[in-house]
Amino acid sequence: MDTRKKIKTDNNKTKHPQYGMVVDLDKCTGCGACSVACAVENNQQPATPDMCSRTGNTWRMMYKVKNGEPFPDTKAVFVPMFCQQCDDPPCKYVCPQNAVELDPMTGIVAQIPERCFGCRYCHAACPYEARYFNWWDPKWPEGMEKTLNPDVSPRMRGVVEKCNFCHGRWQSARAKAAAEGRRELREDEYKTACQESCPTEAITFGDLRDPDSKVSKLVKDPDTFTILGRLGTKPKVFYRTTRSWVRRTVDRDIYSENKEKVHG
Amino acid sequence: MDKQLQVRGTTRMEFRKFITYLIPWFIVLGIGLYAMYLVFRYGLNHTNMDNRFAFGLWIYFDLAIIALGAGAFFTGLLLYVFKREEFKSVINSAVIIGFICYSGAIAALVVDVGQPLRAWFTLYRPNAHSMLAEVTFCLTLYLAVLAVEYVPIVLKNRKLKQIPSFLVFEFKLHKFMPILAGIGALLSFFHQGSLGGMFGVLNGQPFSFRETVLVFPSTFFLFILSAIAAGPSFIMLTTWLVSKISGKKLVTKNVFMSLGKISGILLLVYVLFKSIDSLYWLNKTSPAVGFTVADHYGYAPFGIWILLLEVIVLGLIPALILINKKFREKMHWLLTGAFLACAGIALNRFVTTIQTLSLPTLPFADFLTYSPTWEEVAIFLMVIAYGVIVYSFSFRYLPLFPQERELNSK
Repeated sequence: MDTRKKIKTDNNKTKHPQYGMVVDLDKCTGCGACSVACAVENNQQPATPDMCSRTGNTWRMMYKVKNGEPFPDTKAVFVPMFCQQCDDPPCKYVCPQNAVELDPMTGIVAQIPERCFGCRYCHAACPYEARYFNWWDPKWPEGMEKTLNPDVSPRMRGVVEKCNFCHGRWQSARAKAAAEGRRELREDEYKTACQESCPTEAITFGDLRDPDSKVSKLVKDPDTFTILGRLGTKPKVFYRTTRSWVRRTVDRDIYSENKEKVHG
Repeated sequence: MDKQLQVRGTTRMEFRKFITYLIPWFIVLGIGLYAMYLVFRYGLNHTNMDNRFAFGLWIYFDLAIIALGAGAFFTGLLLYVFKREEFKSVINSAVIIGFICYSGAIAALVVDVGQPLRAWFTLYRPNAHSMLAEVTFCLTLYLAVLAVEYVPIVLKNRKLKQIPSFLVFEFKLHKFMPILAGIGALLSFFHQGSLGGMFGVLNGQPFSFRETVLVFPSTFFLFILSAIAAGPSFIMLTTWLVSKISGKKLVTKNVFMSLGKISGILLLVYVLFKSIDSLYWLNKTSPAVGFTVADHYGYAPFGIWILLLEVIVLGLIPALILINKKFREKMHWLLTGAFLACAGIALNRFVTTIQTLSLPTLPFADFLTYSPTWEEVAIFLMVIAYGVIVYSFSFRYLPLFPQERELNSK
């Protein structure tokens, strides 16, 4: 009951943590460990030979972005793209069945597959292409179903899914903290699978409301930016780079205004 | 028996010939039903839609036929509420075309969604912010209104009329027609608008996002205007087509001219507002979020020509043809104007759905293309075949055109 009451209130007025993430593009090597960890953690259906990058189901899409120069001046950067957990999520407002909710307890944009009827209007609404539809019946090869994570429900065919900052982990951490008589979570208690798996520690995750958290300090860095920030969806996922060509190519706002307000 | 079911005073082709003519349509219907089975059994992987191209041929088709089917409610509004009696001669046909368009669109939607059995959730606990929830409500209710409007036409069948209670029921239903026409018009205004609003509210898609005018995005009003402009033209085209196929005169020319005039005036108003809207969007709305004309029209084949084609060739030109009495008096000009008007609205719906999704929003995403699979095409054709079959039976056995007997006895 308490939760429902709070959903109706302004998200910014609650004192609950608002989780966010910073991805350091200078550290990311595009190895894809985060995508694999995400798939395993969140019981994503294994790919079949029929699937392609446009129909497959990965909550973290790895984009290889080039500077457009011919060899030998070619440069590339890897940009992991996933749900940006917008504070003003366009997907939430368009869903006819209330299958998308912005959780005021965490700031996470939740996708509720049991309510979704697969109209995919949210796909059209999302500028980040971060939503994935189950085009196939999920099938795990014999024996592989034993690897399923019991904290996360697998989704059926015909519904939409997306990154939820490993919400299952948040629930486990909360249950553990509650058992110890605490209401608040410590910073190291709730980590996402992608963050844990990143070999170069390119991903920083935590509470954006906590001024002492690593993530909130990084967000204030002038080299940190949001992608498509001017659309007004207020994403809570940030990217960071000190390379000017990367910033120009990835950050549409600077790219379109042709402003050189970047370092490096 | 077949002869006794037909409308008194009219002649129809022989029953055997009628069935032979319908066989190809039944085959198309059958193939479509098989494609439908494949999609329901194995999932939407039988289509070429994907995570970004989440809407394809079916959604485009839905938007287009719902716009063209607007002739049903608009003709009803003109006849029953504004008392334009000349439209009595096409109202029955318009209601049936509307019913076919809407039921066909809903059939395509049922295949298009991933979990159709959950569609009732929207009616039970809707998201009041969602334009699609509004569309679902209005479409469902309006289809019910159309079905109720269809019933008296069915009850006018020569054999059914002989049952006294049916005749009484038909008479009573007829008394409700102005109320139904009013409700139908209200529902239609809302869902036509909401279909446009669906894309106009997408602040994540600068190509389709529009400024808000009186709570709704401008596309809300543009979709209503374009639908009521194209609706009468579509009624005119279908009546002419039926007249050609059956070889009968069905309505007098002044009805065609009236339909054309209404279509032309509304189309001209639409073109005016569409032009203002496009200019404002390209110069204010879109640049405010960092998107320029080149971002919207810089990817082949969707150059600026598509906007000019829509607004000038398939908007302004048919509007000028249809409002000019000299052109309207010549049947070929009248039909050309009506055809161009309908094509313009179909192109507008194409641009709204397909071009929106093919253009990249992320600075590093690619321009995407999409072509439907045979299953998507088969289901699209199935809806058309369904329409032809329902209309053919209705034309054969129901009094669709009250002027037909008089016009062909001369």
